Amino acid sequence: MSEHLPVLIVVVPLSAAFVVPLLGRRSSGAAHIVTLGALAATLVAASVALARVLRTADGVWRYELGGWAPPWGIEYVLDPLSGGMSVLVAGLALAAAIYAGPYLRTADPDRIGLFDSLYLLLVAGLLGIVVTGDLFNLYVFLEISAIAAYALLSTGGDRAAVATFRYLLVGTVAASCYLLGIGYLYALTGTLNMADLSVRLAAADESTATAVGVGLIVIGLAIKAAVFPFHGWLPDAYTYAPPPVTGFVAAVMTKVSAYALYRVLYFVLGAEPAAASALVFLGWAGVAAIVAGSWLALAQSDVRRMLAYSSVGQMGYIIFGFSLGSPIAIVGALFHVLNHALMKGCLFLVTGGIRWRTGVSSVAGFAGLGRRLPLSATAFALAAVSMVGLPPTAGFFSKWYLLLGAFEAEAWVGVAALVGSSWLSAIYFFRVLERLFVGADETTPAPERRDLPFGMLAPALALAVVVLLLGLFHQPVVTHLLERALPPTVS
Amino acid sequence: MDLAARPLAAVLVSLLAAALLPLAGRRPAVREAITFAAAGLKLALVASMLPAVLDGQAIESARLPLAAGLTLGFRADALGLLFALTASSLWLLTSLYSVGYLRAAAPSRQTAYYVSFAVCLSATVGIAFAANLLTFFVCYEVLTLATYPLVVHAQTEEARSAGRRYLVYTLGAGQVLFVAIVWTETVAPGVDFTPGGFLAGRAEAGVLATAFALFIVGCGVKAAIMPLHGWLPAAMVAPTPVSALLHAVAVVKAGAFGVVRIVGYVFGVDVLRATGADTVLVVAAAATILIASMRALGEDHLKRLLAYSTIGQLSYIVLGAALGSVAALTGAMFHIAGHGFMKITMFFCAGALHTQAHRDGVHGLDGLGRQMPVTMTAFAVGACGLAGVPLLAGFIAKWNLGVGALTAGDEIIVGVLVVSGLLNVAYFFPIIYDAFFKAPTPETAGAREAPWPMALPLGVTAAVALVLGVAPSLGFRFFALARLAAESVVAGSGGLP
Repeated sequence: MSEHLPVLIVVVPLSAAFVVPLLGRRSSGAAHIVTLGALAATLVAASVALARVLRTADGVWRYELGGWAPPWGIEYVLDPLSGGMSVLVAGLALAAAIYAGPYLRTADPDRIGLFDSLYLLLVAGLLGIVVTGDLFNLYVFLEISAIAAYALLSTGGDRAAVATFRYLLVGTVAASCYLLGIGYLYALTGTLNMADLSVRLAAADESTATAVGVGLIVIGLAIKAAVFPFHGWLPDAYTYAPPPVTGFVAAVMTKVSAYALYRVLYFVLGAEPAAASALVFLGWAGVAAIVAGSWLALAQSDVRRMLAYSSVGQMGYIIFGFSLGSPIAIVGALFHVLNHALMKGCLFLVTGGIRWRTGVSSVAGFAGLGRRLPLSATAFALAAVSMVGLPPTAGFFSKWYLLLGAFEAEAWVGVAALVGSSWLSAIYFFRVLERLFVGADETTPAPERRDLPFGMLAPALALAVVVLLLGLFHQPVVTHLLERALPPTVS
Repeated sequence: MDLAARPLAAVLVSLLAAALLPLAGRRPAVREAITFAAAGLKLALVASMLPAVLDGQAIESARLPLAAGLTLGFRADALGLLFALTASSLWLLTSLYSVGYLRAAAPSRQTAYYVSFAVCLSATVGIAFAANLLTFFVCYEVLTLATYPLVVHAQTEEARSAGRRYLVYTLGAGQVLFVAIVWTETVAPGVDFTPGGFLAGRAEAGVLATAFALFIVGCGVKAAIMPLHGWLPAAMVAPTPVSALLHAVAVVKAGAFGVVRIVGYVFGVDVLRATGADTVLVVAAAATILIASMRALGEDHLKRLLAYSTIGQLSYIVLGAALGSVAALTGAMFHIAGHGFMKITMFFCAGALHTQAHRDGVHGLDGLGRQMPVTMTAFAVGACGLAGVPLLAGFIAKWNLGVGALTAGDEIIVGVLVVSGLLNVAYFFPIIYDAFFKAPTPETAGAREAPWPMALPLGVTAAVALVLGVAPSLGFRFFALARLAAESVVAGSGGLP
């Protein structure tokens, strides 16, 4: 059994996705329990697999799907990078699914099975992107996750449907670009296996066709990762979606696309001049994203939109770090992938919960809620402090490594953008925190204290605590995981 | 306890108290017991390191490793111990004072108040004992965050706007400091604070001067060097014990302490001389001393007057650091403790006047010297000390600064010190005159002496200000520590004797 772990990471949620809707027609409670069980099993499988990968000397676990040897068959590759990402995706999937429990009970019970099925499909798709070692297989999982995400995001009401339709159009363009790009590379080399492709491309002559292929792949994945200026689909899609979906999608989905970008640019196309040019372009796009995202976040009066624009800025941090290309910058970017997933997940879960409980989501409406929902507000505050990048939270340390990388590379524009964005994010987050904790005046009697139900509160608090602990005790994560996730050309 | 574990334990003990305080719920006795136990233990831990540090040792706790060769760690050296001793002994006294003040003023949310206070103290001692710039910065920012709830404690519109201003200034400066520290990390990776500095020869003069400017802006906001001082008078909206401990001691001293650390233990006096940055800092400090004193002269609100007085006095410390000789540095470092005890006395008195006589202004205190003899006597002692009257703590600092200025050939600085002393007299003495030599008015005739939890701390701090002026090395040996630290800095950078 244990030798099949890499494929189980994908197969478990995928098969559960088919069982759950059937079960949901009988008992919606049972369907959700099976969902949680499947996600827990996925998390265990991913964690055990990662532990095994980290114990091996070369740190790579190749799994041949159906026993077909690559490059003819599809292989799944678990290394510290994909192993770590799969644990992150599975962990956040479980957290958001637990959170979804109380939310779904108040929604239409007949549709719990369908919701859970789509959710499992989304998780399976994202995990597939992470573990696969095949570029076409990656496309398949990209589409599986995207279609599941469209369906889930659109369940948030009329405005969600419109926003999702826009996302669908943009996402389809992105996927087509990516597909066309790998088509070019396949025509040039005759292979789709990542490892094989990187060897053959290195041997092949430099050509315009390679450059076009690389360019299309990078644009496709950059749209998916909401890299500025391709971020237009994101704010609306995140704002109107149901809370558990936003909590999960905002936390990991763009990060998985950023992972794919990093995987392709550094591990597959590492030696290509076209990839180097793409990285330069992405570096500037990242800097622009940092500035624009923070600036636009400042202008929002709805907390969810503010968080969405902040995500655009934070994706800029990650992409900028990747583009610098030095070990410390990439470690900073990878650490920020992890941190941003945790803290943005926490923030969206709390914000969604507050809207679910009180009906408000505007910055002004948050006034005095710190006294009504003290623990949720505390979780929000911890994650917000980390988003601003203040010590001792995890967000500070990823910014520290990114800034070190920017200094090493003498990327002064990037340094200025990072600092400026910290200022702006301090303003827009403390604006919310002030309302939450200081907003209420003394004359009105204290409102009844009624925090979120345990099922919604626990995941959010757990994420906030991890953000805090990961700040001070991140050394094992960085040395055992992130530093081993550097591409061979860099480390 | 093992000697090496004590710096870390001293930092963590108030953090532990912060974690326990919410469990006390609405029982004030439990809350106060936890605070006193933590404050007493913290002071005992810090004081127990005194003999070893006076022996010239630096006591170092185990480090927390981070990636890329970075560590977080605490180490008690002479300068750090001086600051930690000041902060932790004043925490104990302020806790006692808080009990009396909060009962008299009866505000709500006292648990949040005590928790924030405890975290602030952890951060302050963390700043004192930080072994490197990264640890310093982590504690520095935690201090900023933990102070914010105290500034907005009244939850009025005025408090909110003061809180906003406070965050804009301190977090803005924090990012500037952050950039400076990351730059330092790239030219000198993983280096600890070293007496005499470690940056000599690691970069060109122009780059060093730029970095130094960033450092000074970063620390200068908390140290309230003009024109970076705007948050401090506004922050006086906080409850008086907060103003007393944080805005007279912990927060502003963290900034001034930071300037001394950066001048003496990161750059070194010689590097600054070579770049000319020391002259700029001397001019800024001297200008701040004079402008702040004049600004205090026109202030009607007692706590804001004290805030401007603080701004001026902090620049004595900055000035001493910039002058950089043994005498000047000794004076500056000693002033961290001396000004702490004197200024906290003044704030304690302002708080007593607020709760007992319902007076917040500098006028209308007629005859209170008879109604509240302990409070007003302590006030007079503190005022004389700040003005630099001999036999009080302020004189020791001023004398050493003057000697330092003469050694460096800056006679004009002596003039600045004298004028500043006269201005101090000009703005404090009318208050003292009204209180002692005018007959009570109907408003002040009913005022009673502060209750003992308030009167005792302010009496003790006034007495300490007096003792430090006569025997500056008695007890906690503040002067000996300052001298030791100053000598190590000058010896390390091979500069003037």
